[in-house]
Amino acid sequence: MRPDPEEVSASVFAALADTNRRAILASLAEHGASTATDLSGRLSITRQGIAKHLALLADAGLVTSDAGGGRRVLYRHRSEPIKVAQSYLAALAADWDGSLDRLAAFLADPPR
Amino acid sequence: MPIPNTITRTLDLAHPQEKVWGALTTLGGLTAWFGSHADGEVAPGHDVHMRWEKENNMESTLAIKVVDPMSVFAYCWGINGAPEGDPRRTYVEFALEPTASGTRLTVTESGFAQLPDEWLEASYQGNTEGWKAELGELVAYLDAA
Repeated sequence: MRPDPEEVSASVFAALADTNRRAILASLAEHGASTATDLSGRLSITRQGIAKHLALLADAGLVTSDAGGGRRVLYRHRSEPIKVAQSYLAALAADWDGSLDRLAAFLADPPR
Repeated sequence: MPIPNTITRTLDLAHPQEKVWGALTTLGGLTAWFGSHADGEVAPGHDVHMRWEKENNMESTLAIKVVDPMSVFAYCWGINGAPEGDPRRTYVEFALEPTASGTRLTVTESGFAQLPDEWLEASYQGNTEGWKAELGELVAYLDAA
């Protein structure tokens, strides 16, 4: 199934719009694979809250989980959807207006 | 709203095509209005390396695709902000046409909405396996020590 870049970006930005979800992703990026209990302790968010946010992040493809043996489920952050959203941001960050203003100024008055 | 795949700007310049062409396709021209440093060769199949001093010394490599004198200059470069090794490229084209008062310049950058799914899968698996391989080598090294 081919993911749609617009849908991927939309779910990334929706996931990142919440302070707690940003904190969870930042914590996974900083500390690596963690359990819900690790995250709950680190971020002072209830385990139920962590579980709810992890489910949403998993739906957005931003988090994967694997059972690391027994009942210890490890969550890790996944960067691919972020890279898709990055190209959206790149389109918004492209500064052609600034560059072309400088081109027009250079053509009008080239340094001698 | 869909991701804007293409950015387009049109400029009517009161300068002859030769002058605009020179500003676009010489290293001296490119460093006057675009980046702060440029080296390489502005010819199809060659690369021009550019640096932007004012942007934290950001660097980019322009893979020159089209140099059609006085009319089309085009190159590909990486997506701004993407991590090193990201294979995605956007295509930038400068098209010139004469007008009564000078030159019309149309700049088009396209490819922002590309999502090469083969890349998504290949790269994700590649990275995962790359890490596994590297960590495996580290373990072997530590075991041997």
